[in-house]
Amino acid sequence: MAAEGMTRAEKFPRGIASVELGEVERQVPLDEPPALPPNAALSSIGKPTPRQNGRAKVTGATRYTVDVTLPGMLHGRILRSPLPNAEVRAIDVSAAQRYPGVRSVLVIAGPEHQGAVTVRYVGAPVAAVAAVSMAAAEEALRLIRVDYKPLPFVVDMEKARDPAAPPVFDKASAPQGHPSGFPAAPGLPLNGNVRGPARDSRGDPARGFAEADVIVEGDYRTQVQTHCCLEPHAIVADWRTDGLTVHMSTQFTAGVRHELAEAFGLPLNRVRVIVDGMGGGFGSKSALGNYGRIAVNLSRQAQAPVRLVLDRQEEQMDSGNRPGTWQHLRIGARRDGSLTAISLTSYGTAGVAVGAGMGNMAQALYTCPDFESAQHDVFTNAGPGCAMRGPGNTPGAWGLEQAIDELAERLSMDPLTLRDRIDPSPVRREERRIGAERIGWQRRHAPGADSGSLKRGLGVAQSLWGANIQINSACEVRVMRDGSVEVLSSVQDIGTGIGTVLAQVVAEVLGLQPADITVRIGDTEFPAGPPSYGSRTTASVTPPARTAAWRVLQSLLREAALALNAAPEDLAARGGRILVRAEPSRSMSFGEATALLRTDRLAEIASRSDDYGGFRRRMGDAALAQQDLGGVQFAEVAVDTETGIVRVERVVAVQDCGRPMNPLLIESQVQGGVLMGLSYALFEDRILDQHTGRMVNPNLEQYKLAGPRETPTIDVVVLENYQAQSATDAYGIAEPANIATAPAIANAVYNAIGVRLRSLPMTPAAILAALGKVPAGS
Amino acid sequence: MQHELSRRSFLQRSALTTAGASMIEVASALIGQAAAETVDLPVAGPDPVPIALMVNGESRALAVEPRMTLAEALRGPLGLTGTKIACDRGACSACTVWLDGVPVASCMTLAIDVGAGAVTTVEGLARNGELHPVQAAFIEHDALQCGFCTPGMVMSCAALVERTPHPTAEDVEAAISGHLCRCGTYPHVVAATLAAAKVEKA
Repeated sequence: MAAEGMTRAEKFPRGIASVELGEVERQVPLDEPPALPPNAALSSIGKPTPRQNGRAKVTGATRYTVDVTLPGMLHGRILRSPLPNAEVRAIDVSAAQRYPGVRSVLVIAGPEHQGAVTVRYVGAPVAAVAAVSMAAAEEALRLIRVDYKPLPFVVDMEKARDPAAPPVFDKASAPQGHPSGFPAAPGLPLNGNVRGPARDSRGDPARGFAEADVIVEGDYRTQVQTHCCLEPHAIVADWRTDGLTVHMSTQFTAGVRHELAEAFGLPLNRVRVIVDGMGGGFGSKSALGNYGRIAVNLSRQAQAPVRLVLDRQEEQMDSGNRPGTWQHLRIGARRDGSLTAISLTSYGTAGVAVGAGMGNMAQALYTCPDFESAQHDVFTNAGPGCAMRGPGNTPGAWGLEQAIDELAERLSMDPLTLRDRIDPSPVRREERRIGAERIGWQRRHAPGADSGSLKRGLGVAQSLWGANIQINSACEVRVMRDGSVEVLSSVQDIGTGIGTVLAQVVAEVLGLQPADITVRIGDTEFPAGPPSYGSRTTASVTPPARTAAWRVLQSLLREAALALNAAPEDLAARGGRILVRAEPSRSMSFGEATALLRTDRLAEIASRSDDYGGFRRRMGDAALAQQDLGGVQFAEVAVDTETGIVRVERVVAVQDCGRPMNPLLIESQVQGGVLMGLSYALFEDRILDQHTGRMVNPNLEQYKLAGPRETPTIDVVVLENYQAQSATDAYGIAEPANIATAPAIANAVYNAIGVRLRSLPMTPAAILAALGKVPAGS
Repeated sequence: MQHELSRRSFLQRSALTTAGASMIEVASALIGQAAAETVDLPVAGPDPVPIALMVNGESRALAVEPRMTLAEALRGPLGLTGTKIACDRGACSACTVWLDGVPVASCMTLAIDVGAGAVTTVEGLARNGELHPVQAAFIEHDALQCGFCTPGMVMSCAALVERTPHPTAEDVEAAISGHLCRCGTYPHVVAATLAAAKVEKA
């Protein structure tokens, strides 16, 4: 919090706009703008605004990393292990080095690299080549001779848990905890391939279960999902004596800059990271990655720019994935529905990485005095997992939200009535009310009640996500003497349209149109912006944008005040003019005001301050706001009990993200979250061959994604939920929109056929097996 | 090292080394046909061969290895990077361009096979700076997020609007049924294309 005398009191709107808007007083730093009124009183913020880079995207003009060509640029390729576990005894790259057009050959896993002699998954990098053409690079890879000593391996999580299973790591080499707060904290025990348990608890679970009238329990399983960004992971590295410039398809330009500086011993001012178009990330492009380091090393060695683009097979094997999980959930409740205890035991596998936990949902979504969890990471000889849209909470919701429905049925309660009883969130209460009305919840019948072979059902599930903030987030606003305006930040647009939102924010402050604002982002030459992960971009970068614009405006008003013969505090910027508030006819155009500037431009850089109500928690550069983000989704499905095909006909998604900044872009993101959840529920599955450790569907046709034909009608409703926390009070939406979809569909499937599927994906074979029409486990 | 490999000699060798009787039958039939028709067929490659491609109304001369796909030729030597490669095997349709007005997967089309066909890419869709109605509607309806699948989507939807006067939502879904979008833009793509079809008619 700012010190005494550095703040002033401001009254802020607070509450859900469609229910009741109250007011709350907050202390605001003196150099930050006054409280922003609700969206209804604003002209740019909160209005559906088409994205500014839309024209470039529909005409093919947007430059993605894969489109970047530099003079003298070489093409990089990576040689990858064909074996799931092997010792590299020798590697001979001499023929590759001699191949015409080859400029650089890098040994990544060779006997001369201490500690890097074992490759632990199919697709692990072994060597790399940079050559004048892709064809030459490919040919050179074929000339590299690697002597592998095959080692026993395990790719199946159940088998890997067996103490007799081949060890993926020894104690010295096994990765420790995950830096982003996943369950495997440093120092956790390692038994065979199992890291953990990471334990958490509150109250007295044994007492809680003893007090329960009803206990439900079950095992829930989720598959490995891959990110499948349409734009592959790509980097163009340009190592020069005066510094390193990297074009990279990344979710975090500022973070990659830090990683590069540290990895290559460079000062920050010699490292520049640029991304213009960014073709999707979903968590998999959060960091520099092994391919990023390889490209930079190739460029340094070859003394030329190197472009390295993963092909689709590499994407599927070694660019991250959502870990597969198994959880056992046990929930105790009283007859009135109130929960007495929750117990969660989980095992998940992120391959050779950690971070496969999912405890947050069970721990935090519902009021329950007694809780315990024991979570484990299981190492397998598979490509490393990483964060993916709503990590942890997505598999967590798969278990919890089905178990809550099972509990409702045991208690003979409606699933919504039970949630009204145990969910403390007034926001989700309103979301349930709106969603139930939209989907027509009163039509919901008893499970399996439809006669005939086509059976319909309705289901609901809820989402929970922390409102994350990146403290190290800044934004610059420049006003030129000719009246043109720029907003600058290293923040990247991964497809959410954050640049357009920044333009809306600055336009709102300066009384201009969003189209008047030129947005320059995706370049570390600009003030450090937040990452595009954790649904934190909007919450982190829009407050400093508004603050910077407001400070610039204060300077401009001082100039205009002299000309208008008024006090600066009596002036306002509205409709492209600077005017005297009490006498609007006394005014000048924005351009006339900027023409008064003594210098070519006015500029201010502002950074993200603490939330006005204080943070719940602060962890380095990251912080967690007091309130959570949520959402409730309803699904209507039709299940063909002859073919086992589940058709999702309609989804109603009611979400919240604080102050909605741009309803058009939010609708797009929510639809995307729902579709990724639907795809997870019904289709996607990374399949590894038990005998070779290879992925059998490393492509986009056998790794099945939901397409246009599988897309239901998706109704999106977004609440305006004001919490008086920052200069914009805006938060993210991407992840909360993904978490509830799969369990909502599962609950609808149960309602349709009266049989519950606890394993993902719900394929036709799984449906028919659940119905007893084909043998299970085929 | 140059192997002058003609289609005839390739087929003869295949036939000799293939065990399956039916394969030999098929191959023999083909050999007969090849012998009758293509005795003096010029042999292309493996070195680059000069070709001319009609792209966006302009004839472009370039040299391509016979194995180079149209997508690679557009993105590489022709510098038209609007066409995207995402799967490189015809599974996602991101690389869709028009060949004589018909949407094709340019990653599954060899550049030397295009011949005199007219190629239209996403860069060539706007006329004199005026967006095609589908492009304008994509922006207005936010039928794009990361935008990487968008050039392909735009080409398929524009082709539909050009040839179908009154498309239904089902028509649009059919037109984009081979397209993958990980951001999940399908609902807005359908809405935008239906809106564009109305503009096109007006």
